[in-house]
Amino acid sequence: MSDSIKDKYEAVIGLEIHSQLLTRSKAFCSDSVEYGLLPNTQTSVISLGHPGTLPKHNKRAIELAICMGLACNCQIREYNQYARKNYFYADLTKGYQITQDKTPICYEGHVEIELKDGSTKQINLERIHMEEDTGKSMHDQDLYSSLIDYNRAGTPLIEIVTKPDFRTGEEAYAFITLIRQMVRYLDICDGNMEEGSLRCDANVSVRLKGASEYGTKVEVKNMNSMRNVQRAIDFEINRQIELIEAGGKVMQETRTFDAMKNITIVMRTKEGANDYRYFPEPDLPPLVVNEAWIEKIRSEMPSLPKELIAKYIKEYKLTEYDARVITDFKETAAYFEQICHHTGNYKAAANWINGAIKSYMNEQGIDISMFPVKPIAIADIINIIDEGKLSNSAASQQVFPMMAKHPERSPLEIATELNLIQDSNADSIEPLIDEVLAKYPEKIIEYKEGKKTLMGLFVGEVMKLSKGKADPKITNELLRKKLD
Amino acid sequence: MNLFNNYIALQKALEQGTYTCVDIVKHYLSNINKQKHLNAFIEVFEEESIERAKLIDEKIKNKKAGKLAGMVIGIKDNIAYKGHKVSASSKILDNFESIYSATVIERLLAEDAIIIGRCNCDEFAMGASNETSVYGPVLNAANNEYVPGGSSGGCAVAVQAKLCHAAIGSDTGGSIRQPASFCGVVGLKPTYGRISRWGLLAYASSFDQIGPISQSVEDAALLLEVMAGADEHDATISTKAVEKYSEINTDVAPTKIAYLKECFGEGVDPEVKEALYTWMEKLKKEGHEFVEVSFPYLDYLVPTYYVLTTAEASSNLSRFQGLQLGHRTSEKGDLEVLFKKSRTEGFGKEVKRRIMLGTFVLSSDYYDAYYTKAQKVRRIITDKTNDILKDFEYIITPTTPTTAFKFGEKSKDPVAMYLADIFTVQANICGLPAISIPVATHSNGLSIGLQLMSSVFKEKELLNFAAYSQSKHL
Repeated sequence: MSDSIKDKYEAVIGLEIHSQLLTRSKAFCSDSVEYGLLPNTQTSVISLGHPGTLPKHNKRAIELAICMGLACNCQIREYNQYARKNYFYADLTKGYQITQDKTPICYEGHVEIELKDGSTKQINLERIHMEEDTGKSMHDQDLYSSLIDYNRAGTPLIEIVTKPDFRTGEEAYAFITLIRQMVRYLDICDGNMEEGSLRCDANVSVRLKGASEYGTKVEVKNMNSMRNVQRAIDFEINRQIELIEAGGKVMQETRTFDAMKNITIVMRTKEGANDYRYFPEPDLPPLVVNEAWIEKIRSEMPSLPKELIAKYIKEYKLTEYDARVITDFKETAAYFEQICHHTGNYKAAANWINGAIKSYMNEQGIDISMFPVKPIAIADIINIIDEGKLSNSAASQQVFPMMAKHPERSPLEIATELNLIQDSNADSIEPLIDEVLAKYPEKIIEYKEGKKTLMGLFVGEVMKLSKGKADPKITNELLRKKLD
Repeated sequence: MNLFNNYIALQKALEQGTYTCVDIVKHYLSNINKQKHLNAFIEVFEEESIERAKLIDEKIKNKKAGKLAGMVIGIKDNIAYKGHKVSASSKILDNFESIYSATVIERLLAEDAIIIGRCNCDEFAMGASNETSVYGPVLNAANNEYVPGGSSGGCAVAVQAKLCHAAIGSDTGGSIRQPASFCGVVGLKPTYGRISRWGLLAYASSFDQIGPISQSVEDAALLLEVMAGADEHDATISTKAVEKYSEINTDVAPTKIAYLKECFGEGVDPEVKEALYTWMEKLKKEGHEFVEVSFPYLDYLVPTYYVLTTAEASSNLSRFQGLQLGHRTSEKGDLEVLFKKSRTEGFGKEVKRRIMLGTFVLSSDYYDAYYTKAQKVRRIITDKTNDILKDFEYIITPTTPTTAFKFGEKSKDPVAMYLADIFTVQANICGLPAISIPVATHSNGLSIGLQLMSSVFKEKELLNFAAYSQSKHL
């Protein structure tokens, strides 16, 4: 399809993001929500929906929902009702899901996404509401039966629903990236799309540019990575445009993304759609959220990258680039701040993280949570360099690799053992300088005539005589004093 | 054996050693055996209750017995009791055993009550005659051709026929009070939120309340005192302190009481009217004031009740799918076949009717016309009823317009059956406490019950007044 045809159209996309909350227990009972345990071991009469059981609120889940709402500039609703969404499915123990319908806890928010070209765009949120997860059907474990694991049943979720503000897959990608970063920073969710703790569905439609009506929307599900969100949406936009161009009509349906083939496939049509028969959950009294509670949650909220970047630029005098790289992951930013507790040289801390540490992690294929060296040891090595006892290059090329291998040893110990501690004492360097200058009287004349590059030779010779222990900076200064 | 119709007398006899708990249990077991045709019990915990009686006899000897030591209790088959079957008289839960206990069960056992068995009831508490039970109807012990009422029919007959000392039922629209009235015993529905619903198999969550059926008002008060109060398992329960209901005080000051004009209107049996009138006359002489009030929303009570309760029931009963819970069809097919067939085979006709009605009123096209409207009417009825209760201590009505009816008389006509609830549903719609006490015997030999209803959490006053009125009659 030519770009000129594509250019006639505009896509309209809205996202629905489900995020499992990092609570210790489930949304409406005290079962553990630990992931990866043996099937059907994290259940109780409540999560299994046994007759006569009743749900009860999980306060932490409510607080996390409010926290996300505050981070997304939402209004927080004072008077909340839970609702039942009724449908039959094997993994839904009660035959209904407890969710929120007409009174979502957060509404009318917005966030700003950044695009590759450096531009930004505001994305408006319709709502964030609380609900519970279902169990998990497994169709590939047994030849003859489908198996169900109810460990996940009742896990607390928030669903973030955006306005149809996206126009491209790239924008959706930028949004889900941002949301994942936010939920991780706020300790709301581990943001793992592959394991399904963060899930994204997209409503996609296309229309001729300038049209006031929306086209028929298609819901796309099962995009289990951030890249797949972009790929699935891009595919779906093209599919719809091609269909319309060929004289066809887009049908209202739900499609699933096949990541292997990079296409979307029909899952169910509108005729198969459920009437969920929402009504207020009679087993839970209305939830009232007061201003004091909201303010308490706000005051305890962890900082978001945006705030940290501003702080690092302003207080720590980092470049914007360094600040951004460090705040990419919450754990990296936390590591950086811990180094900064023990050294005042913030710039050096940033350089270490974005330099030696980063390349080490890349080589080893690990992230910062698995990096063995403690932040205080990195602060130590920075301080040793700043005291002139160790050269930068010796530190990064010789001491650092040893630290990574033997994290229990201090950098000073390693540097001493490797005989890398520099001499910064002028009294012991001066005789060496005199010795070198005496060796090259003709070079001194050349230097004085303007061949300033000879300084390197003098410094090098002094270093040689000192067996590398003379502080090059001090050597330089002393040489200059003598020659200039 | 002299059977005691209130617990205080029994307690004395047990403490003095006139009887042991084992004697009492064995006596009731033999009564149950003799009266099997009444079909009041679905299952009797014979050996277990004798064993428990022995334990409690020890406790009595050591003066360590609880408040209900030796009280033999039947429980409605919709209350979960760990290690025991619970079926709500439905095929869909045939052989289902509960792995946890209802809060009321734990509280009764903690006070040394003896649970003798589970009582028959209408399927999932849906019915007013005990004719919808998969285990067959319960017979009214006063006349076996008549229904015992429902849905707690087995409980009422068990107390009526002295098959146990008292019984624990549930009341969603009159299911404790109406059978109590039909069987000539006392039935109390407490304020919504007074007793924990944890372990009560839900019919309509915002209406259901557990309550006692007993031979005396005093026993109802004692059982309420034991069962009521805060429970972390039930988010809808009140944390209001539990009063000493059992300390009945019949020293009652002159009171203003309202009676509904419609109690003497069309459709109410003349002898029922007469009994109510006589009762009022006697109390007037004691200085109490009776004022006729008209309640213009009476015609809306039953429709409002049925729209909202069936909506909640359609959702509450969705968990019985034949997969993890409930009867599973033997027919092969996909998941949809499994659900449809299991539910079709497992649920009875009345339950299906209500599930369908509830599904209909919640469907997106009809939600506002039915469900939303009924919610609004519920609010109006509640406000208007509370307005009356601002001026009057109690509202009295007959518990039911007629005495017990014959088997089959109304089972073909659901609307006629539903209208039998006309005076009882108001308390459930408004969440108010109400008690039914026997006041007279009809010329047909069946009992006539009177209902007293008060403001929320006024159980103490309600029970005192009920006991007082009985003392003036006897």
